Amino acid sequence: MSILSAVVAPRRRAIGPALVETGSDRAEGITLADLTPGQAVRVLEVSSQDDPAAARRLSDLGFVPGAEVRMVRRAPLADPVVFRVAGYEIALRRAQARWVSVVALVS
Amino acid sequence: MTLDAGHCAVPGEDRVGLDEQLPTLALVGSPNSGKTTLFNALTGLRAKTGNYPGVTVTRYVGRFSVDDQEMVLEDLPGTYSLAAISPDEQVVADVLDLDHPALARPDALVVTLDATTLRRSLNMLAQVLATGLPACVVLTFTDELTRRQGSLDVAAFERAVGVPVLTVTGGRRQELGPLRDLLLGWSAWPVPALPPPTEPDEVPGWIESVLTTSDYVLPKVDERTRRIDAVLLHPVWGSVVFFAAMFVFFQVIFTLASPVQGWLEDLFGFLGTQVRVHVGNRYLASFLADGILGGVGGVVTFLPQIALLFVLISIMEASGYMSRAAFLMDRVMAKAGLEGRAFVALLSSLACAIPGIMATRTLPSMRDRIATMMGAPLMTCSARLPVYVLLVGLLVSPSARIGPVGAQGVIMFALYVVGALSAMASAWVFSRLGRRSGPLLPFYMEMPPYRMPSARSVGLAVWDACRGFLRKVGKIILGTTVVLWVLLNLPTHSDAAMSAAGVDVHDSSAVSSYTIDHSVAAGIGRAVEPIFEPLGFDWRINVGILASLSARETFVATMGQVAAAAHPDQPAQGLKHLTVQSGSREGEPLFTAPVLAALLVFFLYALQCASTIGVLRRESGSWKWPAIAFGYLFVVAWVMAFLTQLVVGMLT
Repeated sequence: MSILSAVVAPRRRAIGPALVETGSDRAEGITLADLTPGQAVRVLEVSSQDDPAAARRLSDLGFVPGAEVRMVRRAPLADPVVFRVAGYEIALRRAQARWVSVVALVS
Repeated sequence: MTLDAGHCAVPGEDRVGLDEQLPTLALVGSPNSGKTTLFNALTGLRAKTGNYPGVTVTRYVGRFSVDDQEMVLEDLPGTYSLAAISPDEQVVADVLDLDHPALARPDALVVTLDATTLRRSLNMLAQVLATGLPACVVLTFTDELTRRQGSLDVAAFERAVGVPVLTVTGGRRQELGPLRDLLLGWSAWPVPALPPPTEPDEVPGWIESVLTTSDYVLPKVDERTRRIDAVLLHPVWGSVVFFAAMFVFFQVIFTLASPVQGWLEDLFGFLGTQVRVHVGNRYLASFLADGILGGVGGVVTFLPQIALLFVLISIMEASGYMSRAAFLMDRVMAKAGLEGRAFVALLSSLACAIPGIMATRTLPSMRDRIATMMGAPLMTCSARLPVYVLLVGLLVSPSARIGPVGAQGVIMFALYVVGALSAMASAWVFSRLGRRSGPLLPFYMEMPPYRMPSARSVGLAVWDACRGFLRKVGKIILGTTVVLWVLLNLPTHSDAAMSAAGVDVHDSSAVSSYTIDHSVAAGIGRAVEPIFEPLGFDWRINVGILASLSARETFVATMGQVAAAAHPDQPAQGLKHLTVQSGSREGEPLFTAPVLAALLVFFLYALQCASTIGVLRRESGSWKWPAIAFGYLFVVAWVMAFLTQLVVGMLT
C-alpha cells in the first residue's frame, strides 16, 4: 500500500460514500466494519484465518466475493450493524464484519 | 406406531416418530422460509413434537395423506447451510448425510425457498441437491416478491435447477392440491441432468446462471419495513420504543394474567374445601386437598402467565420485531458474553424461569443456551414474590421509610436488581467456561420484512407451549408433591398416641402440626440442621426450605402451618412470635433481622423449584446441567446468605 492511499483512504471514508471513487485504485484494507450508513461496497474476500467455519457461514449468508453489500444502519451502541446483501437484510457484529474485506462502489 | 410426544422425549430415541413403513419426506430450508407454515398447512393439527437425544431443538413430525396413501412429513430445524456450526444445524446435516448411520433418513426432501431472498437461498439448494436425495422445491413468499416489484419465470427456474418446482404462498389451500400430488410421486421426481457444483467457489457462478436464465428481478427494498425501521431502529426513538414495549410487555403479563390466576386459585381452593368436606378418610382428604389440589393446582395457576407470555412472544416473533429487539440489545448482552436473543429469554424469566428457559430455543448456539439457562433461574420470578412479601413484611414494618419511599418497596426493588445483575454475572461466567468446549457461533440475525402475524400460528405456538407446560411440568410437580406429602404426613399417629402426647385430637391444626413435627420431613429438617445452622435457620425453616424445593411458594404455606401450630389463636402473628427451641439462642425470637435477610438472599439465589429443574433437564437433554445449576446456586445461596447474616448481624 502506498503512502498516498494510506493517507487518502481514511479521509475518503470520513467524507462519505458519495465522493468515493474507485476503479483504478483499490482502497485496500476496508472491511464491512468500516462503512457508514448508506455506503455500498463489493466483497473482495472473506478471511478465514480466525474461524474457518464461521467465515464459511458468512459466505453461505451471501457475503461471497463479488457480492454487492450496502450498510443500512448501526445499533444505538454502534454494534451490531445491519447490511443489505443478496436482496435481504442481516445484522452482523463488527467482530465478524471485520472478516469481510470490501472495495467501495460509487453509490 | 402412534406419535406420542411423551414417548418421543425419551433420551436415546433416535427414530423419533418416523414410521419406516410409510414414505417419509423432510422439509429443508433456511430459517423464516415458510417451512413450518407449509408443514402445518399440510399436516393440519396432527403435528407432534419430539426431541433428539442430547440436542434439544424440537423436531416436528406429522402425517398427511394423498389418495389414501399416508405419508410422513418432517419439519427439520431451519439452517442457512449444511456446513453445520451449531448442534441444531448438525441435526439437519446428519439427516441429509447418506454416510451417517445413526439416524432415520427421509426418502425425499422438500426444499422451501423464500422467493424474495433467492440469491442467498439457492446456495442452500445447491448443497441439498449435492446430497443426491430426491428433492423438489417449494417457492414461498412469491406474493411478496410481486408486491416489491420483483419477478421470476418459474418454468424457466424449474428447468434451470432441474427438479420439480411449485409455488405455495402462505399455505393457501388451492395451491396445496398440486403440491400433495407432487409429493405423492416423489419416487419419480427428476434429478438434475447437470447437478450444481459442490465447491464453494463455483456455487456463486451457478446461482448467477440460474437467476439469469429464469429472469429473476431482485425485489425492491420493502418500503413499509424501511419506514417502520426508521422509527423502531432509530438510535434514540428505537430505544425509547423498545423500553416502552418491554414495560407494556410485563404490565400485560401481570395485569391480564393475575385475575385469571386468581380465579384458578379460587377454583382449586374451592375444590380442596369440597374434598375435605366430602372425603371421609382423613389421609385421603389431606392427600387430595393438600397434595394434589394444593401442589399440582398451585402450578396450574401459572398457566395464564405462560399462555400470555407465548401470545406476546409469538406475535413479536411472527411480526419480525423480535429480531429488532435482539438487535437493539445485542451490545448490552455482549458484555455478559451472550447475544441479543438471550436477552429475550432472561426477560421472560421475570414471569417464571420456565418460559424463560423454553425461550432459549431461539438461541442457535448450545453454549449460549446453557449460559442463559444457568442465569435464568436468578431472575426474580413470580414464584419468589409471595416469599419475598412474607419475609420483607417480617423484616421491616409497612410504615418504615427510606427518605420519601417505603422501605419495603426499596428492599423489594433491590432484590429484583440484585437478581438481574446476578443472572447476567452467572451467564457471563458460564459462557466463559463453555467457550473452551462449545462451538462459538458468530452472531448474525436476519432482519425479515415486517409481516402480520397469523392468528393460526400464534394460536399454535400458545397451544404447544401450554400443552408442554401442563404435560411435562404437571408430571414433575405431581411426583414431587406426592413424595412431599408422604414425607410430611408419615409416620401416622393413632389418636391415642397423640392424646398421650398432649394433642387435642379434635383440633385439626394441632393434629396436623403434631404430625408435621414428628414427620419424616421434620426428621430430615433436623438432620440437615448442621448445614443451615450457620445461617441461623432452625429445623422449622429447614422443613420450609426442603418443602420449597418443589416450588418456592410452598415455603409460605409451610411457614403458615408451623406458625398456626405454635399460635393457633393468632396464626397471622405466629411467625413473629416463634422462638428458638434449643441451643445458645433458646427462647429468643427465631426471625431476627439477620435471619430474615439471610433467608431473603437464600431464596434469591437457591434453585428452589422442581419445575425449573425438570425444564432444565428437558431443554438441556441430560441431568448434568440441572445438577450443576442446583449445586452452584445452592453454594452461592449459602455463602451469600452467610455473609448477609454476618453483615446484618453487625449492623443491628
